[in-house]
Amino acid sequence: MVKLTYIQPDGTSQTVEAEPGVTVMEAAKLNDIAGIEAECGGACACATCHVYVDPAWVEKTGKPADIEEDMLDFAFDVRPESRLSCQIKVTPELDGLTVRVPAKQF
Amino acid sequence: MALDDMPEAAEAGTTEIDAIVIGSGPVGLFAVFELGLVDIKSLVIDILGKPGGQCSELYPEKPIYDIPALPTVTGQELTDRLMEQIKPFGAKFVFGERVDELVRGEDGRFHIKTDAGRAVIAKVVVIAAGGGSFTPKRPPLEGIEVYEGKSVHYAVRRMEDLRGKDVLVVGGGDSALDWTLNLAPLAKSLTLLHRRDEFRGAPHSVEQMRALVAEGRVRLIIGQMTKLDGTDGELEAVTVKTAAGEEKLPINAMLPFFGLTMKLGPVAHWGLNLNENLILVDTERFETSEKGIFAIGDINWYPGKLKLILSGFHEAALMAQGAHKIVHPDKKLLFQYTTSSSSLQKKLGVK
Repeated sequence: MVKLTYIQPDGTSQTVEAEPGVTVMEAAKLNDIAGIEAECGGACACATCHVYVDPAWVEKTGKPADIEEDMLDFAFDVRPESRLSCQIKVTPELDGLTVRVPAKQF
Repeated sequence: MALDDMPEAAEAGTTEIDAIVIGSGPVGLFAVFELGLVDIKSLVIDILGKPGGQCSELYPEKPIYDIPALPTVTGQELTDRLMEQIKPFGAKFVFGERVDELVRGEDGRFHIKTDAGRAVIAKVVVIAAGGGSFTPKRPPLEGIEVYEGKSVHYAVRRMEDLRGKDVLVVGGGDSALDWTLNLAPLAKSLTLLHRRDEFRGAPHSVEQMRALVAEGRVRLIIGQMTKLDGTDGELEAVTVKTAAGEEKLPINAMLPFFGLTMKLGPVAHWGLNLNENLILVDTERFETSEKGIFAIGDINWYPGKLKLILSGFHEAALMAQGAHKIVHPDKKLLFQYTTSSSSLQKKLGVK
């Protein structure tokens, strides 16, 4: 199992265990993490699972693909470390990954 | 947009029909099929400009793997095939209109009105509205609600209203680009704001926009909105954050284009029993708390509900049996298979 930490805008954090192969969005939904809406269910079609990847992890999670970059146009307060969590697959290399949930999803 | 033989709402008068289907996603479309098999004629109304609902709006190119007998099919293909399958029943379609009102008339039939003023009367109503109506996304800026309709617009109804204004268009797709091109000649100033210097819109529009920027007729800012200022719903300034820092732009009309999201919308006010924004139905006919109004697909709820297209198809078949009792109360319904029934095959146009 891989440990993932979600930090809320108010600073509270939750660490959950995820099975490699699920997405960071799915792990959030399975553990009732607030602020990850995932309206489209993970189709990279809505931008409501927007997260900020902790700068220390940006290299490991990689860059968004073109389609994800396009979809980030529909997110609010997009930053260089912005990703859609449905597009980050959990792998053993991501053990310890920390992401921040934005103050608002669209 | 009204297709085929449907007149524009303004000149439509009142249309009478057996069944109104609200929503043209896969489940709404298949409802036309099941209703058609039991001699019920349908009129389908959808807020989007084309059929398919989420399938064609959100994931037209994405494969769906759980439609029986179709190991893989894209949202668009599924929509196209359903449109082909229901063709024999000659349903009427109204696109680009939202059903706002639904009341039962004294004659027991349902009277509906769309946001375009179209009136339709039907014996039964089938709500197949999925996640609700697609509505423009509202930027989560503090206090934006008070400006909406006055100085913040999600659609342009009359271009003339924007003449002589300091206009801010926000977004990077075709809507943002089209309105930048259309409004630049008549606005006092036009600023296009987008979070990155890449645009999703048609390359031709991007070129035209860049030319206007080069001529100094449009100002392009790469950044994002952070704050709105104004009084009584009239916008006075929009603060934007760019790589260079914050800038307060004097703006009195803003057009944000951030795509669509789904909201339950007017359905919430039709007096139906709801369970957390979903319509409660029975599992025999998928009828709501109001006799004659059915709800199928993602918008309904019952114990064990799964939001799957295939469940919606099943719900459509049982709904049609229930609707038949209301539309044709004197006719006995004989259960038949399309494989062997010559009467069903005749309805399907099988030769």
